[in-house]
Amino acid sequence: MLKKMSNLPFNGTKEQEEKLLAVIAENKHDKSRLMAVMQEAQGIYGYLPLEVQKMIADGMEVSLEKVYGVATFYAQFSLAPQGQYHISVCLGTACYVKGAGLLYDKLQQLLGIGGDECTPDRKFSLTACRCIGACGLAPVLTVNEEVYGRLSENDVEGILAKCE
Amino acid sequence: MKSVLELQNAKAAALKKVVLRKGKAVLDKNVTSDYKYTVLVCGGTGCTSSHSPEIVEKLKSEIKAQGAEKDVQVIMTGCFGLCALGPIMIVYPEGCFYSMVDINNIPRIVSEHLVGGKPVASLLYDETVGADGEIKPLNETDFYKKQIRVALRNCGVIDPEDIEEYYAMDGYAALAKVLTEYTPEDVIKVITDSGLRGRGGGGFPTGRKWALTAPNKADQKYVVCNADEGDPGAFMDRSVLEGDPHCLIEAMAIAGYAIGATKGYVYVRAEYPIAVNRLQKAIDDARAAGILGKNIFGSDFAFDLEIRLGAGAFVCGEETALMTSIEGNRGEPRPRPPYPAVKGLYGRPTVENNVETFANVPQIILNGAAWFAGMSTEKSKGTKVFALGGKIKHTGLVEIPMGTTLREIIDEIGGGIPNGKHFKAAQTGGPSGGCIPASLIDTAVDYDNLISLGCMMGSGGLIVMDEDTCMVDMAKFFLEFTVDESCGKCTPCRVGTRRLLEILEKITAGKGTLEDLDTLEALCVYIKENSLCGLGQTAPNPVLSTLKFFRDEYVAHVVDKVCPAGVCKSMTNFVIDKDKCIGCGKCAKNCPADAIFKTDYVAPGHKLPSYEIDKNKCIKCGACVAGCKFGAISKK
Amino acid sequence: MDMINVKVNGIAVSVPKGATILEAARAAGVEIPTLCYMKEKNEIGACRICVVEATGARGLVTACVYPCTDGMEIKTNTPKVRAARKTTLELILSTHNKNCLSCSRSTNCELQKLCYEYGVDSTAFGGFKPIYKLDTSTPHLVRDNNKCILCRRCVAACEEQFVSVIGANNRGIDTCIGQAYNLALGDTPCISCGQCTAVCPTGALVEKDDTDKVWAALADTSKHVIVQTAPSIRATLGECFDMPIGTNVEGKMVAALRRLGFEKVFDTNTAADFTIVEEATELLDRVKNGGALPLITSCSPGWVKFCEYYYPEMLPHLSSCKSPQQMGGALIKTYYAEKMGWDAKDVFVVSIMPCTAKKFEVGRDDMSAAGDGIADVDVALTTRELARMIQRAGIKFTALPDEDFDPALGVDTGAAVIFGATGGVMEAALRTANDVLTGKDNKEIDFKEVRGTAGIKEAEYNIAGINVRVAVASGTANAKILMDKIKSGEANYTFVEIMGCPGGCVNGGGQPIQPQYVRDTVDLKAERAKALYAQDEAMAVRKSHQNPIVKEVYENYFKGEYGCHAAHHALHTSYVAREKYAK
Repeated sequence: MLKKMSNLPFNGTKEQEEKLLAVIAENKHDKSRLMAVMQEAQGIYGYLPLEVQKMIADGMEVSLEKVYGVATFYAQFSLAPQGQYHISVCLGTACYVKGAGLLYDKLQQLLGIGGDECTPDRKFSLTACRCIGACGLAPVLTVNEEVYGRLSENDVEGILAKCE
Repeated sequence: MKSVLELQNAKAAALKKVVLRKGKAVLDKNVTSDYKYTVLVCGGTGCTSSHSPEIVEKLKSEIKAQGAEKDVQVIMTGCFGLCALGPIMIVYPEGCFYSMVDINNIPRIVSEHLVGGKPVASLLYDETVGADGEIKPLNETDFYKKQIRVALRNCGVIDPEDIEEYYAMDGYAALAKVLTEYTPEDVIKVITDSGLRGRGGGGFPTGRKWALTAPNKADQKYVVCNADEGDPGAFMDRSVLEGDPHCLIEAMAIAGYAIGATKGYVYVRAEYPIAVNRLQKAIDDARAAGILGKNIFGSDFAFDLEIRLGAGAFVCGEETALMTSIEGNRGEPRPRPPYPAVKGLYGRPTVENNVETFANVPQIILNGAAWFAGMSTEKSKGTKVFALGGKIKHTGLVEIPMGTTLREIIDEIGGGIPNGKHFKAAQTGGPSGGCIPASLIDTAVDYDNLISLGCMMGSGGLIVMDEDTCMVDMAKFFLEFTVDESCGKCTPCRVGTRRLLEILEKITAGKGTLEDLDTLEALCVYIKENSLCGLGQTAPNPVLSTLKFFRDEYVAHVVDKVCPAGVCKSMTNFVIDKDKCIGCGKCAKNCPADAIFKTDYVAPGHKLPSYEIDKNKCIKCGACVAGCKFGAISKK
Repeated sequence: MDMINVKVNGIAVSVPKGATILEAARAAGVEIPTLCYMKEKNEIGACRICVVEATGARGLVTACVYPCTDGMEIKTNTPKVRAARKTTLELILSTHNKNCLSCSRSTNCELQKLCYEYGVDSTAFGGFKPIYKLDTSTPHLVRDNNKCILCRRCVAACEEQFVSVIGANNRGIDTCIGQAYNLALGDTPCISCGQCTAVCPTGALVEKDDTDKVWAALADTSKHVIVQTAPSIRATLGECFDMPIGTNVEGKMVAALRRLGFEKVFDTNTAADFTIVEEATELLDRVKNGGALPLITSCSPGWVKFCEYYYPEMLPHLSSCKSPQQMGGALIKTYYAEKMGWDAKDVFVVSIMPCTAKKFEVGRDDMSAAGDGIADVDVALTTRELARMIQRAGIKFTALPDEDFDPALGVDTGAAVIFGATGGVMEAALRTANDVLTGKDNKEIDFKEVRGTAGIKEAEYNIAGINVRVAVASGTANAKILMDKIKSGEANYTFVEIMGCPGGCVNGGGQPIQPQYVRDTVDLKAERAKALYAQDEAMAVRKSHQNPIVKEVYENYFKGEYGCHAAHHALHTSYVAREKYAK
């Protein structure tokens, strides 16, 4: 698994930094909470750019390489920002046999981006995910928190149109 | 909770909350509900995705609007199992089962049923309504009648966020019992005698695991719950966490007492937010009630739990990888021995079981080892939860006794294959498992039978396939998964699985040779024998299993260059039946490759000339087939 | 100790309970190949090359980590085992750059050796193979991930140093050893110690080869090309020519260097004696005048860089003395050039060092005694590069006669010789301090408490009524322990010696490569150090301040005492706090 890195500039705010530092202060006593801190950091910034990983490494007193090694091991961590609408297509078995692959292809085509990429206007980002457990609704995709199920290729455009 | 008496009082006080659901006969004749109706709405992930929370809101507001607030109790529960029919709700005391509930019908259900006292038969799940209009209880439907719910017994029954409802269902009685009546050795003996085996994969006897850990001395021991359910298509652990989180807490505390651990971790997939939130609330409530903490039930026993979130790595379902991950590292497995019983989390003796395994524990303690062992085949005791998926009518979650046949699962419980297609094979154990062909549909499903077929129980994903499924493509799909999820630590898995996948890609692209099949098989055996952890050791199973039962399909791919199921695009040709084609030209418009052209031929009875596909231009996307209303285009 | 009995290929051996199959096999004289295994440092069972069959175990097990049980029968050479190992090698090769002919590790590569032994088909598997760019961003090494087999020995070595700038990134087939965010190694707080290059089984991590620069200089008739050799080289160079570990080859080394065409062959030991008198003076000055104590040695550029990155607040404690390499270069380009009537610009100094960090050190700022930006040392070569030059020149090393260093800067003392081992600088300094403070020529000069390969050593001496508390650490992880103790006030030392590499220079990152099974079974640090202590023992002059050249230079060139202005100008330097990941 290779993670796509973003070359969009880091635009973290003071508030975000304060939030992260508070999270670090709370967890610093236990180095095994590194992943939890990274999860919170991703919640704050939407992704884990170099600047954020450095703050985590310094704060948790671990090497930056360790943070990066963990970040690139787990699928959940992202090195690229997410769009305003983050679309995640489930490619679990149940969804796959019901044509989720076609949905994914169609989205790439419509958005003009590949998997794990963000449109230049930062509006949409796209990824494939493992089973989200909504197999009864297969094939499914999620837009941010919203789940869309029992889809066909033809539903894709309508879903994108709803994202305004 | 300082004493057993306190728990008993809490239970007595809570009974009225659940009496409508369970019936007075089951509980206590003297208990009366404060309500006339209890409405259970499924709040599992599946139904939540179909907007069940909005249905609950609408129900509540409608009930209020219609002045029935004091008569109707609305509760959001965990998963009912029948996910295909979501969103789902049940009304007690009748047990009326409303499926695929449309939010617009809520006012009607409230006025006719909850206020008017008459179920809306037309909105009930059809199988629960007899020809004479008689309404059957849900347990008598095909989907439920063969099920025996042990691990799932409270799922879809209680409010998972209300500890009192758990008390009402004998919750924490097992923990109270072991702390006041059993020695740790007694607990291990009961679990051992019950024959409970790990429900997460390998099927290691749970009692033996605990017995191996208990005698090892250390300053700290741990109980770890593996809730990193990663098999695509499996979601039983999530359902327990969402539907009955206290059950897990109780079981882990019992395990802690049995092995001498005071600290537990639950490692949950971050992709399960509902489960995480409910479990966290349950832990907080249990702490507040004094069920987690020190001097539990007045004993010397102390126990507490912490949740750790996974971050999307299938390999973390492997026990040593999971522990490495809890420690804050890349979730890479460690060689065993030393086993976790000796050197586990933070190098200390650790018991690790998955959610479903734990979920059986309180019931075994309360009902006895013999009761559990009674539901069984010789070497596989108790029940197993399966997630039915794929080409089957009732996709969802079922719990059945070990030894139920595959035929019963698919045809009776699962309602058979939809669209008049035929059963071809069932896949169990996800990427670590294999398939059972139609010829073996009468196999009784238990650990040993599955292993003898080259499958495995795994966590219980059961994917049904019909004749439209290409088994080589299926094996390729699972290999893609494994290759993606390989941690990259050991050579056989890191490189070997990739090479396996490449051979499968070659075969499905129509470029394979018979020699490739030999290489494939040899490499599979090598990877099984040489990989560091369970992921690599089982990764070749989908290939070996399909090679064993569907070798002819492989041969068709490499020798005849044909994909019998018509899935592998490079070997599939789309053909227009010129006598069926009415010449509407829709296919030509849909074709992204301009591969479809008009011919001179006009079929008898048609006015327009038919179309034909240029094989050289065709990209085999299938857009033409999907768009043809006349069934004139087919794959050959 | 509880012992258990096992059989390895039918050979009965008794091993301690808990011993691994690999240990039992080694006890039985049976070799089992390993790639990822490093005893006590990297026991991860990842490469799977050491698989064997054993009774009571399911299928194949990895000998490196699998514990023996009593009565176990182990088979290391069955058809199944051989076939498995062969496939493992073939899979490794399928992602390996097989440019063996032009690899600097050819014939000294653990993978190549095994491929030969197992008769592998290097084309057995094709398919996807990640392609990596070479990392040449540092002055000291080249990282070629295309030759990496992901054994992670380098990661363990880097972690052992408490540096951890490299680690495993990504996962699955894309797993690679690298730096955070794919930054160039040169943009990370790598301390250049080169321990990773010493443990790499293949050519994925090699020292940056600077021999071409030296060949070019030797061919340039306008240059006076002078070479100096560090104390430890004489104890290790022989290994590159299949001589036993711990053979002192000083005489042959000098002869070889002369045959390579160096105009003068000098001994860095001489410079080391200057280091001692300057450092001892600095110490006494700080004790008397209340300077930052403890004084910490600065001979090891890996340690200095570690301090600059990780403990910048401790920099005032570092001795401002240049390292012996830099002092040697400084003396050659000032004192010796003047003596010979050469322009410093025409002098080219090559130093032969046990160390990759010396390649970094030669390029440091404030290393120009001759001024005008003229570097004290032009090129630092590792022991391994020198061996390659000797081979390329067609010199039959083992047949060489013993020759002596050129005397002008080639007379040394026992004190300087032991610089190559951990504790050596400390002992040398104590010998001089003892004489200076007591004002006499003491005969009891062995300070054995600071000898040995322990990572941290502490001792307390009373010298002329002054209580001197000393500590010696080797390996930067041990340095970290000491620094933390000093910072917290838990320890109150007067003088501290730190070497960046575990065991000191004899185990430097530029020393000859020994395959891992040798590193597992021989204490390289101790064996190599023995040669140095033996030489010290045998010498007439064993104290730095008694070195006649030291006396000569201070009297006639610096024209002053130790620590005088002229000496300070030529022989001292400064340090900078470094940001770990510069923005």
